[in-house]
Order: sequence, then structure tokens, then C-alpha cells
Amino acid sequence: MTSSPLNFYTRVDRALRDPALGAAMERATKKLVSGREAGMAAFPEADAVRDHARRIRAHTIGKLGHYLRQFETAVHARGGHVHWAETAEQAVAIVAEIASQHGVRTAVKSKSMVSEEIDLNAALARAGVDVLETDLGEFIVQVDKDHPSHIVAPIIHKNRHDIAKSFRGLGATDDDVIDVPQMTAFARRLLRAGFLKADMGISGGNFGVAETGSLCICTNEGNGRLTTTLPRVHVALMGIERLVPTLSDLDVMLQLLGRSATGQKLTVYTNIISGPRRGAQGATGATGATGAQGAQGAQGAQGAAESDGPEHLHIVLVDNGRSGLLGGELAEILYCIRCGACLNACPVYQQVGGHAYGSVYPGPVGAVLTPGLRGLAGWEELPQASSLCGACREICPVRIDIPRMLLSLRAESTRLRLTPAWATFGLWLLGRLAVRPRAFRGAQRLAARATRLLARDGWIRKLPGHLSAWTRQRDFPAFASETFMQRWERRGR
Amino acid sequence: MSHTTAGAAPAARPTRVQLLVTCLVDSLFPDVGFSVVNVLERLGIAVEVPVGQTCCGQPAFNAGSFDDARAMARHLVDVFDRGDVPVVIPSGSCGDMVIHQAPALLADDPAYAERARQLAARTYEFTAFLVDVLGVSDVGAVGHQRIAYHPACHGLRGLGLERQPGVLLDAVAGIERCPLDEEATCCGFGGLFSVKMSDISGSLLSRKIACIERSGADTVVATDVSCLMHIAGGLHRKGSPVRVKHLAEVLAVREPR
Repeated sequence: MTSSPLNFYTRVDRALRDPALGAAMERATKKLVSGREAGMAAFPEADAVRDHARRIRAHTIGKLGHYLRQFETAVHARGGHVHWAETAEQAVAIVAEIASQHGVRTAVKSKSMVSEEIDLNAALARAGVDVLETDLGEFIVQVDKDHPSHIVAPIIHKNRHDIAKSFRGLGATDDDVIDVPQMTAFARRLLRAGFLKADMGISGGNFGVAETGSLCICTNEGNGRLTTTLPRVHVALMGIERLVPTLSDLDVMLQLLGRSATGQKLTVYTNIISGPRRGAQGATGATGATGAQGAQGAQGAQGAAESDGPEHLHIVLVDNGRSGLLGGELAEILYCIRCGACLNACPVYQQVGGHAYGSVYPGPVGAVLTPGLRGLAGWEELPQASSLCGACREICPVRIDIPRMLLSLRAESTRLRLTPAWATFGLWLLGRLAVRPRAFRGAQRLAARATRLLARDGWIRKLPGHLSAWTRQRDFPAFASETFMQRWERRGR
Repeated sequence: MSHTTAGAAPAARPTRVQLLVTCLVDSLFPDVGFSVVNVLERLGIAVEVPVGQTCCGQPAFNAGSFDDARAMARHLVDVFDRGDVPVVIPSGSCGDMVIHQAPALLADDPAYAERARQLAARTYEFTAFLVDVLGVSDVGAVGHQRIAYHPACHGLRGLGLERQPGVLLDAVAGIERCPLDEEATCCGFGGLFSVKMSDISGSLLSRKIACIERSGADTVVATDVSCLMHIAGGLHRKGSPVRVKHLAEVLAVREPR
């Protein structure tokens, strides 16, 4: 799941020294946060809907086994196939096997974070399948052999000049890269050719609806719709936690997803897919309806043949560590609906960007999810890379208490001795002193004397030892010559 | 998880409080403690300062050293054991520790769980105590500064202090309020985060200081000396003339200087 061989501090250092990245991040996150604010401001029932959505997510995760079985049964009833992947290796093997069974040579893919998580493109390339990313951002990531740095906006770290440069490498002319519309048109021409020749479409799934076996896929570019309807085989990848019980529960989630991600009332293309093409050869199930009719289609009669949609629908449900979180202190992170709002609101993410986290899932949600799924060892810095300011919890549409889980992970780090010994010792010492007021006062006097020796005009420019990290960034004030408590005693109380 | 100031306001107007001065105010900024005392006494409130108080345990809690934090929380409960007197804290983050985190840490400790809950219920952050409990907005303060207010994270999002500090500041005669861009964004302090992740913390601080400088303020005011220490350290390193003040220090001044 790592996208970088560099260690965390090197990645952070590199990010903080990149002014173009800083400018791109500031511009994009401000736009996303203000879009979300405007969207929520025009949605007076937001608070109640968020509470409702949280209850739905909590209920679903609490009974996940039940809803997964219900979902599987419903997908089968509509003529789709469900595959269970316990690990990333199993997941990519399943997709490669499906491709092989159907004689697939080329595939188009709409955006899927799970496919990034399991590194699907590389595995399919080894199996002889060419995969074309069709989400514009993911396409650019693919062209650049880069990695997404945001779960919704994969190239948030780039500006249009970077993209123009990438497109020139694909043969774009001066006219093709004049401005964003021309670049988009250029990408569209390339992608359209890919859609028309693809044997297989690969998508993610924003939600799976347990009662109907429907998939909900939200995009803003229409590529998701082409990916899931044009090729003869559709493979959808979903984390096992992506379920909601009913279509009305889905409605609650959709009211929040677009608004939280960008401020949109609804993503431009919101597809509800229930089974492969009805009446298609080799398929027995129901409708492949899209859009607003999808909900009716999902509940509607099974009968008349349809003229479009894939002949085969395969849904791959990926665990890859998720079930290990159920019932534990981090289970709440499975409520996440992948809107990306916590990334946009996080001051740390805004400064360092997504690549610094080294994981497919960056930002606050990633700082919990990545060590949760993969274990803390190797990811122990992520839960520390937060000031616990609470902006993530405040903005989360389903009110996930990310700071609480960062603290759990910090506690786990301390137990596993993955935190620096000096810090653990220092806090132990503080704890011992704090319960012995006389010793505490003595330590205060020592610290006061030491800081006053180091200070000039009341400020220290360089602290010793590990504390020098503080003075690398800012000065430290000397302790007062007399503490509040000393002065209070003198006051004669 | 609660985002409101804990505890219902006592039925009668309190006449005494216990001050939890906080270890940072005690050690580094005693004037802030005396400003708090000054404002409270002016309002007719007698202030007690329990002598055994040390640190509320927040540094250990935020680092995930829960056993150390629990020991400190027990000590806190023992020291502030007068069941009927409100406890006032001039810090949103220490307030959040006492009001929300300590009761959670001690929830399974039969000897302390109930006492920690009771302490939380009668504990107030300083500005919440003035505005919500005493019903005061104008404490008769006078100033002359151009003030940018930085809402510290734990006060704002932990205790829900969205309104109280502004109500008090607005009533100070002679000052000018300077709107701060990105005011609700963290200054990057975060306790040990500022040392463990010093470079990230420093980049947040630079962004905060840039916003402060753009605001045209000559004074940054907050309700937490921890953030102010961080911001002041950055301003001093830059050689900036902008000064920092705890809100209590602004409220304590009655004569224009």
C-alpha cells in the first residue's frame, strides 16, 4: 500500500520544500473547503442528516456480516457474481482470472481507491491486460507514473502547467494545451478511443445496497457511466464496508457525499447499477439502469431485454484487513464514506500534501486507516502527524472521531515501543512529578533556572537535546522568575 | 462525545471559585493567572487556589501515555475535591482535558469515576464561566490595541467556545478587532507534536503568522497560553513587533495606557 520507498520525514521534508506543491495545495484545499461550506450552508437539515447518516453507518458496520450476505444474495438474484477477497493478492488474482475467462485484452477503469490499495494495474499488466485510467485525474497520474495524493482529487498536487507538460509527452500540440478546456478535449479524444475498444470495465463502488444488490457509483466526468455500460464485462471493486442496508439509506449518504466532497448537491453522474444487462446472453438478472431511474429499475420488474449494459457483472468484495477492525477501537473508521473532506480541512494535509503520508489513503482518515489495515510498524509516524486540532472530526459528514482513534494508535505505539524513548520517559517523569507537588515545584525551579541561563532577553534561541527541535522553528520563552503559586503564597493566602 | 461546555450553570450565582491555573501559566505566564484573579474578584467572586495542583495530564494523554495521564487525572480529582465550588481554568485545552478526557480515562476506576464526572460538571473554561455562568459580557475593560483573535482548537472544537471570547472582546472599550484569515485553523502547536513533528508544526505556524501579519493587528489574543507561547515564539524568531496576550490580560486592564 506504500507509494514511496522514502521514509516519512524525508517525504515531509521534500513536500515542505516544494513551493509549487504548497501553492497548489493551498489553492485547491481552500476551494474545496469553501465549496463544502457553501453547500452545507444551503442545506439547513445538514446536522440532522449527518446524525442520521452516522447511525446508518454505525448500524451497518455493527451488522456487517448480515448485510454482506444479503448483498451477495441480492446480486446473485440480479444475475451478477460476487467474489470475496481476503487479501490484496487474492483480489488482484480474482480480477486477473475474470479477465482471462472472458478473453480480455484491454480494460478501462473508472476511479477506484481499492484498486490503488491492491495495486491492480500492475497485476493486470503482468497478466497481459492493458488498463486505461479514464478518470481525468487518474489518467494523468497514470501518464506520469505518479500516485494519487487525494482520495477524491487525485492530482490535487499538480497545476495545469504540470498537466500540459504531461500531455505534450502524449503528442499534444500547442493548441491542445492552451487552457483547461483544450486539455480536457485532448484527453477526451484519447479516452474515447480507449472506451470503444475495451473488453472490460473496472470500477470502484461508492456504496453497495444490501436489499437490492445495487452498486452506486458517483463521478463527475461520465467516465464511470461509460466504463460500466460499454464494455461487455464490468468488474466492480469494493471494500467490504461500503454497504448500506436500503436504497433510502443510500439517499441519506448521497445527500452528504457530494456536499462534503465539493459542495455539490449531488455528483454529476450518480449511477445505481443493479445487475448486468437484462436479457443479455449468459446473464439472467435484472436491470443495468442508471441515474434517477436507477432506483426504480432496481426495484422494478425483471423482464424486458435491455439494449445496453455489460453482459457480465462481477463484484469483488475486498477485505484486506478491514474485518480485523470490526469490534475494536478503530471500527469507527469503517464508517467513512470517502468524501475527502477531512483531508481538505486538515492543516497538516494542507501543508504536506498526500504523498507525504506514503499511503494510498492520506490525511486524517489515512492516518487511522493505514496503520489500522497494515499494522503500526512502518506507519507509526502517521498518527503522530497531527496536532489533534479536531478539524477532521468537525467536518466529517458522519462525525467520525478521528482524533480519538489517533490517540488510540499513539497509545498502541507507546505499548509497542514505536515512540521515541525520550518522549515516553519524559511523560513518565512528568507523571511521577505531577502527583508529588513538592517534587513538581522543585522540578519547576530547576527548569526555571535552566531556561533563564539559556535565555537572552527572556527568549531561548536554541534548546538542548531533543527539545532543540522546538527551537529549530521558533524561540522558547524563559520560565518566570517566580511562579504563579509562589506569588500567590506571598499574597498571603 | 460532547462538543458543548459541560455542566449546567449552577442555579445561584457562585460567589467562590477554585482556580486551576494550569502548569504553563504557573511556570511561564504567572501574570495571566493574576489577570484571571483580577477579573473574577472585580466581579465579586472569591478565588481559591488549591496548593497541590500541578499538571492536568494533557501532555501524557495527547501522547497516548494513558497510564501516566490517568495518574495525573486522579491527582487532579484529589486536589479539586470541594464538591460545591466551580473550578475555573484559563485554558480551553486543559479545560477539555478536565471536562471531557479525565472522566473518560477514569470511567472504569471505581474510586474516581464518579468524582471525575462531578469535577467535570463543575469545571468551566474562563470565558465560558464569565459569559455562560455569570452572564457577563462587559467586564469594564479598556484597551487600545488592534486585536486579532485566534480561537484555539480545543476551546473552539473541544468545548464549543464559538461565541464567548468574542462577546467579551467586543465589550472592551478602545480596542479594534482585526479579522484573521483562516482563524479557525490550528497554529500548529499540538503539544509534543511541536517537537516530534517540528517541521510540519513550524510550517503551520508560518501560515498562521502570515495571516496575523495580513490582519494588521498589533496584538494576538487567545484563550490558551500554549498556542500563544507557540505563536509568540514564531513572532519573536521573525523579529515581528506583534505581541500576544491571553484574553484575561486584556480583560484585566481598566485604565487606558
